[in-house]
Amino acid sequence: MSRQQLIISGVGGQGILFITRLLAETAIAKGLPVLTSETHGMAQRGGIVISHLKVGDFSSPLVRPGKADLLLSLKAETVALHLHFLNHSGTVAANARALPEAAAGKEAVTVDADTLALNLGDPRSVNLIVLGRALAQPGMLFCSAEEVIAVLKARLAGKEKQLQGALAALKAGMEYGAA
Amino acid sequence: MAVEAPTKKLLQGNEAIARGLVENGCVVAASYPGTPASEILTSVQEWQRREGVEMHVEWSVNEKVALELAYTASQTGLRAATAMKQVGLNVASDPLMSAAYLGVVGGFIVVSADDPGPHSSQTEQDSRLMAMLAKIPVLDPDSPQQARELTGTAFALSETFSIPVMLRPTTRVCHACQDVALEPVAQLGRSANFRKDPSRWAATPKFRYQLHLELNEKLANIAAYTPTAPRCHNPQTVSRKAVVASGPAAAYVREALGDLGLWDQVSFHQVVQPYPLHSAFIEETLAGYDEILVLEETTGVIEMQFRDRSKVRGKLSGAVPEAGELLPEIVERILADFAGLSAAPSAPAAAPGGRRPTLCPGCPHRASFYAIKKAAPKGIYPSDIGCYTLGINLGAVDTVLCMGASISQAAGFYHSYRITGQQRDIVATVGDSTFFHAGVPPLVDAVTQGARFVLVILDNATTAMTGNQPTPAQGTPAGLPVAIENLVQGCGVRFCKSADPLDLPGFTALMKEAVAFSREEGVAVVIAKSPCLVDRSAPRVQRAQPAVTAEKCIGCRVCTAAFECPALEYDETTKKVTVDRMICSGCNVCLSVCPVGAIEEVKG
Repeated sequence: MSRQQLIISGVGGQGILFITRLLAETAIAKGLPVLTSETHGMAQRGGIVISHLKVGDFSSPLVRPGKADLLLSLKAETVALHLHFLNHSGTVAANARALPEAAAGKEAVTVDADTLALNLGDPRSVNLIVLGRALAQPGMLFCSAEEVIAVLKARLAGKEKQLQGALAALKAGMEYGAA
Repeated sequence: MAVEAPTKKLLQGNEAIARGLVENGCVVAASYPGTPASEILTSVQEWQRREGVEMHVEWSVNEKVALELAYTASQTGLRAATAMKQVGLNVASDPLMSAAYLGVVGGFIVVSADDPGPHSSQTEQDSRLMAMLAKIPVLDPDSPQQARELTGTAFALSETFSIPVMLRPTTRVCHACQDVALEPVAQLGRSANFRKDPSRWAATPKFRYQLHLELNEKLANIAAYTPTAPRCHNPQTVSRKAVVASGPAAAYVREALGDLGLWDQVSFHQVVQPYPLHSAFIEETLAGYDEILVLEETTGVIEMQFRDRSKVRGKLSGAVPEAGELLPEIVERILADFAGLSAAPSAPAAAPGGRRPTLCPGCPHRASFYAIKKAAPKGIYPSDIGCYTLGINLGAVDTVLCMGASISQAAGFYHSYRITGQQRDIVATVGDSTFFHAGVPPLVDAVTQGARFVLVILDNATTAMTGNQPTPAQGTPAGLPVAIENLVQGCGVRFCKSADPLDLPGFTALMKEAVAFSREEGVAVVIAKSPCLVDRSAPRVQRAQPAVTAEKCIGCRVCTAAFECPALEYDETTKKVTVDRMICSGCNVCLSVCPVGAIEEVKG
């Protein structure tokens, strides 16, 4: 897959920028052009935060409504808020115990990332757990888990503890998907 | 496939601008943080460190000082830049207007980042209008990659015509990320060499008239300068219709023309220098097309330079909205309409909802606001620009005007009530960085004029909202810290006390003392000292989270409504409050807020 449009959303403080950049760097590592758009400033203080990510031949970073291939939702309430970005065959990966009603009829996967993160002892790892869940679903993302892990290792080189935590979170999300 | 070593680097627009500055020999850079421009200077510092370039890079006390400092470096022949958000340019507009007349020696770039939307600003103002007012050229990049390129173009333009050049990115450039190829850093090897010329650098009004004539001549020539001329993206297209776009709108047009199948049907010109618009382009466009659609943010700056607007559609003609962000779906709809497509695509609408921003769990400002309301429950609460604007959620923020205005407004309220025979408790709040930026002159004024109010300086030892830049209280490796207490006392304030708001009972008592002083004596200043929790440079303390004893909780919701802590959740079914373990910081201020003592410390 050489062209994909993604929406990543949640609330401020969940590490949305981190996984947006992680995916963008994975695209670059694969030799693909990439554009993203981030939320900064006041909205980061507990408000709804949204990232746009476009992999492939695009000239602007914003995803138009009805054009996204995937919605990664780190907070269940953003599924309903941002579902309008999806195209007809667009898919959803959400941090939720059960699929939010708004996504009925969509191809979707869920993961109870809050509980998994607390079990891992790191409430800030929700972002990577949800990403792991999406990576476990064949064809959902433009990249593979191995490619993301390679970039993660390069990004967190020399920060062994952080890297191990990140890998554990990614794995927890992936295994939840496999279970 | 195997993951290969990247040949390109993911750069945020602000990082790309910073890279462009350093690559092109900028050696002095000064800024004051403000969304969406904040990361520019941080990145300049980072590139400087990585490339080992000798530079002076500073977080200035405000934008006016930043512009003046960087401009002076240009007067000595060095390349220099200043970066700020659009409302920061208001603060720096005084030196900018004058510098335009005087001109430059070394290339000088003013980066002014606009925020159509607005996403994190008090206005949607278009900095390109400020460039027009100052009579300097402005470049309008569409992407991080182009922003990096245009910094080099801007330095060349600046030195060719001896004029300050504005680079105007918007939020969608500043906070976009893109794969960008880096260029080597140019070492220009220049030395500071200020050539005295008082008739120019200290020009009196008589000489200013001559400088104005020269400036007008420069602008006429810049309107014919080839490197910044508009670019046609589909020269093979023969059409009677043209779309003219700049900035991110041009990037949206490029995608939408393709998606709508219009690439071969509508001519597409991208303007990179919206002011002055190239005069030949104006003539040729008016002569060559029957209909011209102009897409730009936020004001019709390109549009208004078409002297004959009978063929031109845009913001002034009503074809394009004059407020709000020009989103790609709006651009697509307008383009479809312009091309006469019968069924304009309708974008799916967003669902209503969302959540308002709040102060972070454990934020010391929340405790400060709670204490302010306890000490002066019927007070008027002028506030200021920063995270603490969110004190509005606690009902402790009544006004927000601009940087530093909390203090002038507190005085304004006092005098307005006084002359009409009334007295009200007035408690103003201002952040530490904002106090340094624009709070000192109004405090001097308040003391001089005998105003009576309480000023609470919310000192979290950082510029929090914009990503935790330092304040003058931290000093720099080369300089000395400036203490807030000394400044306050130097302004003549006789009541100046500091305390930690996380000790809620103690801080509330101090607030009551300050309010009593302000009623009888004059300005009282309370410095609320407690570090920002999201400041990564500050040591993070792991604190145990408290727990709610369900039997004791009466469901009064004081902690969730009046104290408004996002880490406390009221359950509609049980009518009890619980602690959200995902986000609670363990500040334990809620222990003092709960009227029945239902929230209790958990001993590890």
